[in-house]
Amino acid sequence: MSLAGAQDGPRTAGRAPQDTTREFVTPEGVDLRLRIGEAGERAAAFVIDVVILVVALIVVSIVSAGVLLASQLRGVEMAAIVWLLIAFFLRSFYFMAFEMHPRAATPGKRIMGLRVIARGGGRLTADAVFARNALRELEVFLPLSFLVSQGDGINAWVILLGLIWSGIFLFFPLFNRDRLRVGDLVAGTMVVKAPRRKLPPDLADERPTVGVLSFTQAQVDAYGVKELHVLEEVLRRADKPTLRAVAERIRAKIGWQGEPVEDAEFLAAYYAALRGRLETRMLFGHRRRDKFDKA
Amino acid sequence: MAELVLKSQRFRAEREADWRRLEALLAKAEGGSAARLSREELLELPVLYRSALSSLSVARSISLDQGLIDYLESLCTRAYFFVYGARSTLLARMGGFFTHDWPAAVKGLWRETLVSLAITLLGVVVAAALVAGDPDWFYAFVPSELAGGRDPSASAAFLRATLYDDHDGKSVFATFLFTHNAQVALFAFALGFALCLPTAGLMIHNGLMLGAFLALFASHGLGLEAGGWLMIHGATELFAIVLAGAAGFSIGWAVVFPGETSRMSAAAAAGRRAAVVMIGVVVMLFLAGLLEGIGRQAVRADALRWTIAAASLSLWLAYFYLPRKTP
Repeated sequence: MSLAGAQDGPRTAGRAPQDTTREFVTPEGVDLRLRIGEAGERAAAFVIDVVILVVALIVVSIVSAGVLLASQLRGVEMAAIVWLLIAFFLRSFYFMAFEMHPRAATPGKRIMGLRVIARGGGRLTADAVFARNALRELEVFLPLSFLVSQGDGINAWVILLGLIWSGIFLFFPLFNRDRLRVGDLVAGTMVVKAPRRKLPPDLADERPTVGVLSFTQAQVDAYGVKELHVLEEVLRRADKPTLRAVAERIRAKIGWQGEPVEDAEFLAAYYAALRGRLETRMLFGHRRRDKFDKA
Repeated sequence: MAELVLKSQRFRAEREADWRRLEALLAKAEGGSAARLSREELLELPVLYRSALSSLSVARSISLDQGLIDYLESLCTRAYFFVYGARSTLLARMGGFFTHDWPAAVKGLWRETLVSLAITLLGVVVAAALVAGDPDWFYAFVPSELAGGRDPSASAAFLRATLYDDHDGKSVFATFLFTHNAQVALFAFALGFALCLPTAGLMIHNGLMLGAFLALFASHGLGLEAGGWLMIHGATELFAIVLAGAAGFSIGWAVVFPGETSRMSAAAAAGRRAAVVMIGVVVMLFLAGLLEGIGRQAVRADALRWTIAAASLSLWLAYFYLPRKTP
């Protein structure tokens, strides 16, 4: 990180690509540390929704064709009206209807673990949802209409220019740090990650018996919080070769001389001991960031 | 089971039941609506939410179990949005919408509405003048699929017939026009974000088409009749499209000239107000579609058509602009 970046304060200094956490303080004063939905996830959610829309349209078409055939083509007019209206409502209100639901997410967004919120944390109103989705006309259908239009000579150039111009709206989210669509900007909304998580078991509970393996003070002082979290991830994933490699490194680092036990068992015991040590120190006011944190 | 040696383990053991309870309630509420929860559960939820929040802040300061903290963050986020988030469904929104919000929003956009109307009228006048001078201009303004044979080469008798006869598939065509107009209106609104100009273009295009049609019929001495044919639903439909243009202008204007606030918040405020207008515009277009599909076929007399047009226009004007008591 450059010195200039540091002088600009934390906002610009933290512009690393993985910095997706946004402060979001509830009225109770707790920061929920929301993470913004990233461009890839947003695009994937949109593709899922479009697929659902297209499939729904095809199903409606097949059903109305079937009804028509069954009634010997008597209700052509009625069927056409119904089809037109359903197609219109699907295209225009599919996104709105789902985002006005308490979960504020279309099926695509739900699958990707995303939801829409009001920037600033207020209520997400029906008006905002309408505004953000009406703007899809500009972001999606305008580039699409340039894409399917044909022409030659000067017209081709006009279409190309139109495509580039409308592409600006389509790729708008890539040009700002909160990944706001034009619709988000106009409606005052943003899309954040809100996955449903299961409460995982506490790894420290799985320590077989207390005191079988004991570590010295120096041994549990070898690492900090960052390493603890990596170790937690390794243990949760329980991948044998990784467990072995990590266990070897820790044994070497702390100079382990104790009795030989299974890698997983050793790591679980060390995890519990390390976490106990670090948590105790945290209670006394010092959170040891990583192994280089000497204080 | 090993005894709980760590403070963070004891902390979790004491509170876990509450978290699970909250999770279960949220799953139930999110599955359908808040109506699924019983009274007791509804009262319980905010309490559980606050205790989960306090668990989260305690966990952050005493626990290093990342899995636990991630879980609590996601649980609190879900609960936060349930407790503070919107549960205003479209249906619930309707209540205050027609009595107050919509007319107020439309009234608030009166300047943009005038601009939008002026641009449309400009298109009408220009196209009418050009077509009256040289009928070939008609083809430049009206695409042939919309004209449906009603072009300068058609006879007066044919043109007259299009005004009064009904063909099969009229109601399909009316539905098509409703969906098409609603799409155009949404498009005009969305284009406003691109600094107003494309919306102005769309408005003028709409005006040009209108002017060309009227001039064509007027050249056969059918001006008044064509006006009645058009305005019976056009009073509503054109008004709606002018309002959609106005909504678009208000967004573009807020982006270019945000005034005292930041550009972002100005755009958001304008966007939400314009959205209120637009929801109503879709409703207006639907009504216009009904008038076109049913009213125009039922009513053939020019005088009556004009009366309906004038009545609907004055109703809309009174509804939007007459002063009303603030609730």
